[in-house]
Amino acid sequence: MKTPQIKHHLTDELLMAYSAGSLPEAFSLVVATHVSLCDECRARLGSFDTLGGAMLEECGSAELDAGALDATMARILEGAPQVAPKEKPRKSRGVFPGPLQDYVGGDVEAVKWKPVGMGVRQAILPTSHDASVRLLYIPAGCAVPDHGHRGTELTLVLQGAFMDEDDRFARGDVEVADEDLEHTPIADIGEDCICLAATDAPLRFRGIVPRLAQPFLKI
Amino acid sequence: MNGTAGSEELSRKGPIRSDDWAAHVSRIRDDKDQAAFAELFRHFAPRVKAFLMKSGADAALAEECAQEVMATLWHKAHMFDPARATVATWIFTIARNRKIDALRKQNRPEPEDLPWGPAAEPDQEDVLTLQQETQALGQALAELPPKQRELIERAYFGDLSHSEIAAETGLPLGTIKSRIRLALERLRHEMK
Ligand SMILES: [Zn+2]
Ligand SMILES: [Zn+2]
Repeated sequence: MKTPQIKHHLTDELLMAYSAGSLPEAFSLVVATHVSLCDECRARLGSFDTLGGAMLEECGSAELDAGALDATMARILEGAPQVAPKEKPRKSRGVFPGPLQDYVGGDVEAVKWKPVGMGVRQAILPTSHDASVRLLYIPAGCAVPDHGHRGTELTLVLQGAFMDEDDRFARGDVEVADEDLEHTPIADIGEDCICLAATDAPLRFRGIVPRLAQPFLKI
Repeated sequence: MNGTAGSEELSRKGPIRSDDWAAHVSRIRDDKDQAAFAELFRHFAPRVKAFLMKSGADAALAEECAQEVMATLWHKAHMFDPARATVATWIFTIARNRKIDALRKQNRPEPEDLPWGPAAEPDQEDVLTLQQETQALGQALAELPPKQRELIERAYFGDLSHSEIAAETGLPLGTIKSRIRLALERLRHEMK
């Protein structure tokens, strides 16, 4: 399910870090999910990989151990490595693109939602602990509690749409928020909104109730 | 292969240009050619090891991973598509994935495959265009001002976020971001 009308894309910084392999897993999941929906960012990512190849050619070389080639040949003749390569073609027809389905264990109906109040539900996905990523379910017309950011927050829309003070974000659009942004995203009235949101620092909620709830929500 | 393919077979096994890495990979794929592999190995394995050491691996781990990366290249030679990536780019992505796995001990979520999948017979024109573009990029990279180039290299190989680079170099974050942006603009301009 391609989404040709995407208006909000990944930044160069994110695509470059994903290509270099230095993003936390939670952010990589958002990048891989957006790229699955967005031909433009897929092409940009391709040029960052090409840049990586050019850097590899130019970055100098380190001396190998004596007999490295023979050792590698011996390794090869032992047969293919046990780690089974993911070679099956993946093409999702659901709401969630392939990489997200891998983490959820299926499409929308497989998500184990937990209520977080005011009709909003969330499901935290298992990733490395340097950042966290969750699915958020925001009923049509409802708001995500007012909050600022201590780190970077990526929010990718998968269903419905949300608005914040400046913009509207629909399926495939990604919002990149940092310390400077304080916003109150509100789900569009047309349809319940599902987003994938990653952060590398806890969110700072303004309202007293969400702040008290923070440890329990693991935000 | 039928009878008339005999002479073709012969010429296919003749010498290949030493820098035509894509031909080396097809040789490995089709003939399990150890000589072609050895040439590829001598060129790329030391680079992969350097890349991994710059990313924070010690020499022993980098050596181990570089050998694994080259072995992966042998086993996955049938997956290589010269219309989509040069051999250097392909090896970079294998090494990058090995780095995430072995050094950072994380999973790497990958995007969905393109609907059309790897072409059975790559279009020679695409292959040529890609090679030319990559050469132009290498050239442009070499001509970047050293300060810009160094920051790009650190972002790729140092495994540091922009703010970590800022902490390490003492440069303001804004300066780092704008230098990287400038460098990318130059590279894009050269690629047009
Ligand atoms: Zn995009
Ligand atoms: Zn936010």
